[in-house]
Amino acid sequence: MSTSANQPGTPVKMMPSSAAPKKPAAPVQKEDAMWLQKEMINRNYDELATAHETGRKVAATFVPGNLNELVMCFDFARSLPETNALQNGMRKKSGKMIMDAERDGHSEDVCTYVKADLGMMLGGEIGPTGQKLPTPDLLLLSYTGCFTFMKWFELIRQKYNCETVMLHTPYQGDGKISQNMRDYVVKQLKQAVIPALERVSGVKFDIDRLRQYMKESAKAEDDLVKVLQSAKNRPSPIDGYFGAVYYIGPMFTAFRGTPEATQYYDVLRQEIERRVAEKKGPITPEGEMAEEKYRLVVEGPPNWTNFRDFWKMFYDEGAVVVASTYAKVGGVYDFGFRHDPEHPLESLADYCLGCYTNMNFPQRIDMICKYMDQYQADGLLINSIKSCNSFSAGQLLMLREIEKRTGKPAAFIESDLVDPRYFSSANIKNRLESYFQMIKQKRSVAAGAAAVH
Amino acid sequence: MSQQIAGTPSGVGAIVARCEQLFEDLHFNAVKQWKAAAPGRKAIGFMPIYVPREIVHAAGMLPVGIFGGGDQMEVIQGDAYYQSYICRIPRSTLEMGLTGRLDCLDGMLFPSICDVIRNLSGMWQILFKDKYVRYIDVPQNYLDSVGGEFYIHEMQELRDDLGKLAGKAITDDALRASIAVYNDNRRAVQDLYAYRARKPWQAPTSEVYLVIRAGMVLPPEEHTGLIREYLISCEKENRPKRDNARVVLTGSFCEQPPLGLIKSIEMAGCYVVDDDFGLVHRWLLDEVPATGDPLQELSKAFLHRSNQQASKYDEKKEDKGKLLVHSVKFYGAEGVIFAAPSFCDPALLERPMLQDVLARQKIPYTAFKFAENTGQMAPIREQAGTFADSIKLWSAA
Ligand code: SF4
Ligand code: SF4
Repeated sequence: MSTSANQPGTPVKMMPSSAAPKKPAAPVQKEDAMWLQKEMINRNYDELATAHETGRKVAATFVPGNLNELVMCFDFARSLPETNALQNGMRKKSGKMIMDAERDGHSEDVCTYVKADLGMMLGGEIGPTGQKLPTPDLLLLSYTGCFTFMKWFELIRQKYNCETVMLHTPYQGDGKISQNMRDYVVKQLKQAVIPALERVSGVKFDIDRLRQYMKESAKAEDDLVKVLQSAKNRPSPIDGYFGAVYYIGPMFTAFRGTPEATQYYDVLRQEIERRVAEKKGPITPEGEMAEEKYRLVVEGPPNWTNFRDFWKMFYDEGAVVVASTYAKVGGVYDFGFRHDPEHPLESLADYCLGCYTNMNFPQRIDMICKYMDQYQADGLLINSIKSCNSFSAGQLLMLREIEKRTGKPAAFIESDLVDPRYFSSANIKNRLESYFQMIKQKRSVAAGAAAVH
Repeated sequence: MSQQIAGTPSGVGAIVARCEQLFEDLHFNAVKQWKAAAPGRKAIGFMPIYVPREIVHAAGMLPVGIFGGGDQMEVIQGDAYYQSYICRIPRSTLEMGLTGRLDCLDGMLFPSICDVIRNLSGMWQILFKDKYVRYIDVPQNYLDSVGGEFYIHEMQELRDDLGKLAGKAITDDALRASIAVYNDNRRAVQDLYAYRARKPWQAPTSEVYLVIRAGMVLPPEEHTGLIREYLISCEKENRPKRDNARVVLTGSFCEQPPLGLIKSIEMAGCYVVDDDFGLVHRWLLDEVPATGDPLQELSKAFLHRSNQQASKYDEKKEDKGKLLVHSVKFYGAEGVIFAAPSFCDPALLERPMLQDVLARQKIPYTAFKFAENTGQMAPIREQAGTFADSIKLWSAA
């Protein structure tokens, strides 16, 4: 799983301001959120490409449990293999990479993010922007919410011999974060992670620097939550899934804690607030969505190889996603958690422990039910990802439970993240169309019943 | 816990028949009988790979290994909960739960092994609200002061919970006694594996497997006795020795291959001299001191002297495959068979790394996938046969 689709050269139009081909092109506003994001991401890929030339060390880590503030304290350039994989998916490069990895001995059954990454390595490590990505100096194995992460970095280590440090985040099996879990993570930070970061970077840890980054994080998190929660409005000014993958980009990847990210979220929030005031709907790659007909909650990551076609199936029908669990994989902020500079390490622990896929099933179900209620959704759609047992194993029970608890219709489709072989456009379209019909019918039955009473 | 069941069979045939009957009984009558033998008895199920059974045992309860539904059970309801691309063991386990076969269990433990079993723990909480359900997290940090303390705390919570369920707290002495019981069992299992490696024609894996599986439903004391008897009875047999290839089988630590598949591998000309079936019996590699602080000792054994397997982190690159290579050397194997369940992320992601290590050591290997209900044995038999032949040719050359 991962985030940040918004990269230079990405075929999908940047959100939110440039995505309006049906209208005369608006003059480019340099301060627009999308430009800020584009610049940040450009710079990060440049930094990565030149890191070793400029004497910088490179750390790679995962989106869930991403300790960006901490890693920045040691001046690392930061790489996120999940993001590289999804970028390659969007640029239609992942199919070949996956097949290359399979030819190299990797099973067709396992997570395609891993294979896209390994396939990219086999192809000379050329990243999504065409620049050569550096071999990481440190693999920070933030082991949060997915067992595959461990194998992924072990596989990279096997090939590249990079130093690897494990940060094991215990699972919320009981649906809560206990002091024991928190202490365990903090101790690992102190005794394993920070010493490794110091050793590899040659930079001494400065907790005040960490606090400073965390202050920035908290500000940006406030704004991100406001942006995501703007979808409670009718019409929703954003799409909380297809649009949100852009909004969460900087937060979930290499930028959380930087002043640039804070600025980005400030600008983004203001843009969205304007849209709310003007009662505008979300911007899609084909312009503003005309009429909001269906409000959905979505569980599961998106498909990246056919991202635009997939999104189109929704906006063509007037369906907007008002909330998604995927927008919480790199941190659940909308129930109050913020990075806390007063308790930096404990707060990093709580952050890791609280990521969406580290929550147990009853918690995940509760969260979706809350979304259905608070965002006045018409139904739930599950996009079940073949690659991802962490998300997908058990989703059919989720579907039943949520239908039972909310009385609202739920639908189930299957695809994959970055393997184009598992995106069946016609099937998914059919399924969605009949789902929207079902919602409509339910509504008219409910309206009929209300008229009778 | 009961030591002896009246009329324990003797003679290899009878012992194996009893084990097979236990293995095939997916209504867990042995567990029901054990519970019925004294009032208030409770049984706690656990899934692969490892849980500290000593704590369950010390609570006076029976730990019961739930290793899927095998190839004899039809899965209907369980399939409705899983997409086609997820392995079979969670479906058949749910099927057993939903059809009442696991009603004899008072709780279920779901170890930290993969996302599927992890998620199943939450599904169980939702579907079986009246049962005790716990996810058993184990540390991936192996420092006593870090992972150790975390783990001791986790074990303490399990101990408190089971104490409550039992109606009386679990004492240190009870834990020490249980550690001693499992030490005995571990020794017996080690002896069984060592014997098979020495004389695989006398103790074929299709039997050893059943003896191991019996330990999933029998009290450990009884299981230890059964292994000892099996070993004695085996030695009395005079079975023909074949010129088979000696192989280590790996990757079957969770979902189990059907018994027919194990037999097929043997019939194809392989002696399996080590495997990772029922690894819970061999997870801790040696004795756990039964004198010190029990949870600390269990923790130390886990951190420093436990098995190596795909769901456990290897701290260093050099550690990858160490135990597998050791096992090949120690048991005198000539090759490795990777037998992993379809869609098993841990086993299948681990496989290329292990193959790399083997290739560097010039240890031959072959690989296939199975499901617990695989019915077509011919392709596997053929593959194992070709592998055995190539090993023989290779060693003759
Ligand atoms: S299994 Fe899921 S969470 Fe894990 S790496 Fe693959 S896509 Fe990401
Ligand atoms: S067979 Fe593999 S993927 Fe399936 S539950 Fe077991 S360990 Fe997990």
